[in-house]
Amino acid sequence: MSTARANRITPYLFMAPAAVIMAIALLYPLGFMVYGSFRDWDPSQSIGETEFVGFKNYVTLWFDPAFRESLSVTLIFAFSVVTAEMILGVGLALLLDRNIRGMSLLRTLFILPMMIAPVVVGLMWRYMYHPTVGTFNRTLKSMGLEGVDWLGQHALLSVIIADIWQWTPFIFILALAALQSLPRSALEAARIDGATAWQQIIHIKLPLMMPVLVVTALLRLIDAFKVLEVILVMTEGGPGLSTEIVALRISRTATEFRELGTAAAMSNYLLILLLLFTIGMFTLTRLQEARAKRLARQIQEDE
Amino acid sequence: MPEIRLDGLVKRYGNVQVLHGIDLAMHDNEFTALVGPSGCGKSTTLRMIAGLEGVSEGEIYIDDRPVSQLDPKDRGLAMVFQDYALYPHMDVARNISFALRLQKRPKAEIDAKVREVAEIVGLTDFLSRKPGALSGGQRQRVAMARALAKDSDIFLMDEPLSNLDAKLRGQMRAELAIMRQRVQKNMIYVTHDQIEAMTLADRIVVMHGGYIQQQGSPAELFKSPANKFVAGFLGSPPMNFLSSTLAMEGDTLFAKGQGFNIAIPAEKAKSLGRTDGAVTLGIRPSDLNHDPNAPDETALDLQVQVSEYIGAQSVLICACGSANVTVELKSETPIALNETLRFAVRPEAIHLFDDKTELAL
Ligand SMILES: Nc1ncnc2c1ncn2[C@@H]1O[C@H](COP(=O)(O)OP(=O)(O)OP(=O)(O)O)[C@@H](O)[C@H]1O
Ligand SMILES: [Mg+2]
Repeated sequence: MSTARANRITPYLFMAPAAVIMAIALLYPLGFMVYGSFRDWDPSQSIGETEFVGFKNYVTLWFDPAFRESLSVTLIFAFSVVTAEMILGVGLALLLDRNIRGMSLLRTLFILPMMIAPVVVGLMWRYMYHPTVGTFNRTLKSMGLEGVDWLGQHALLSVIIADIWQWTPFIFILALAALQSLPRSALEAARIDGATAWQQIIHIKLPLMMPVLVVTALLRLIDAFKVLEVILVMTEGGPGLSTEIVALRISRTATEFRELGTAAAMSNYLLILLLLFTIGMFTLTRLQEARAKRLARQIQEDE
Repeated sequence: MPEIRLDGLVKRYGNVQVLHGIDLAMHDNEFTALVGPSGCGKSTTLRMIAGLEGVSEGEIYIDDRPVSQLDPKDRGLAMVFQDYALYPHMDVARNISFALRLQKRPKAEIDAKVREVAEIVGLTDFLSRKPGALSGGQRQRVAMARALAKDSDIFLMDEPLSNLDAKLRGQMRAELAIMRQRVQKNMIYVTHDQIEAMTLADRIVVMHGGYIQQQGSPAELFKSPANKFVAGFLGSPPMNFLSSTLAMEGDTLFAKGQGFNIAIPAEKAKSLGRTDGAVTLGIRPSDLNHDPNAPDETALDLQVQVSEYIGAQSVLICACGSANVTVELKSETPIALNETLRFAVRPEAIHLFDDKTELAL
């Protein structure tokens, strides 16, 4: 074997173990799930004994009001938390991007919620939302106000609030990092050009942070579609179907209703949705790269 | 066109003081250059005038109005930054018009203004480009155009040419000189390049270590530097310094040092007010002429160490005793290394500095 050829093969050799692990840990379960989604499958059966049903699981789901309800809950949940978190996170970053004494301590405190395990967050908020002994209602009552039926009537809102509490810091850190890497002198130029603090944000800071913000929002969105533990612990999807997000419905379909095929089909629906978002994100970065390349070429042509 | 006055301006970062009481008045329609070596506080001074740095002590007056507490936007000035500080997400036209758009001027007026300044700096073909797609020189012009478009009376520039290569810098320097005649503004120009300062400025302010060393017209500073620092900073190649001792011989005062004994012209000797003691003798390379027949009392004998050919002229670095002396010589003069040549000193070009205070005598 020639040295050149050996040299060409070597990298693949080094990558092989990782590729094998990827295949086993990622592709195999994925393929298994896709395969299972075309079958009528009870957990007591091995997959070989199951019956092929074609697209029946997908079609049933498409017309299943409960699944549609859960899909719409998921969409509402994901888009409201991401919107609120973006506004709060970016807003906080804009407010706290300055050198005040104790700021680094404050920033550290801000990111604590993100580090707490989701189950603990769920338990904590369930306790705080408790109708009689919970922190919120006790506070409201001590001020002479009516208690709120947090996890009953306003379950989705309550769940959304908890998620915002936990994940705003994520946006905050990334926005702050983006903000601090902005060109200082461009902001100084804007100040001399007569921009007020607010105009600097609108005309300079936000547009320059935008690429980072878009990616951050997409990451958060993808994550919000898959949230499970916090809601499971807080409401178990109730009352009724009001907080039953798709991830939760998948786990219930598999365990309570014992319909693994349908659960798999549901997962695939979610997967497709997420894939669409991811592709969207990729196209966006691709477009930006292409534009940067075009600009670079333009410069070269000038010279 | 306002008058800018700095009154005892002090800047401290924590307990480090970087400016020690700057007093300066810049007049109507005057081009002032702040020059000095790196770290001497030029940018800090300019940024304090702009309002980008706070004032620790002292006051800044624009037309007798104290402004040190005002926001940059309320001081009525425009600034060109060393790194241009363009808005990367706006095209050239929007970069130039940003200030006008913030002022909500009518669209037609903005368009006309953009075209006018783009014309001045020669950017008309690039108005729809983003800064990322421009070369360094073009970006520099955008920065200049943006500052011009504001129509403010005060124009601040912080080393606007320092990021350009030597050739482009020379070209932009010439364009700046032309632009300077077209626009009537009070300009303050920071540079560490004494050639830029000499060629562009009506008035040069030499700074060093947070102090103003001297200010005046380029010719004044060149002809009669106030101290050894200014003398050595302005002029290229820089002034030669030789240690010497004053001594009277008969009626004439001589500066005597290793390998030379040069007569001080009677007029200068009278104004010195001393006839002995250690002084530093300063002579610019351009004031030394190759002349084998020069009399002893106006001549330096120099041994050629290094010859740098730069075209029509060669710069020779020579030894005079233990000191080095730089001279300029027409390139066709044949010379050999280690050869000793005699140079005549123009008597009226002799500078003397006190050894301790370094002040001009
Ligand atoms: N934020 C700061 N904190 C502490 N010291 C500073 C700060 N900014 C500037 N300095 C100090 O102030 C002094 C003057 O700085 P300045 O930027 O005005 O120098 P300069 O004359 O513009 O030099 P250059 O030609 O290199 O730009 C320097 O010694 C610098 O170290
Ligand atoms: Mg500087």
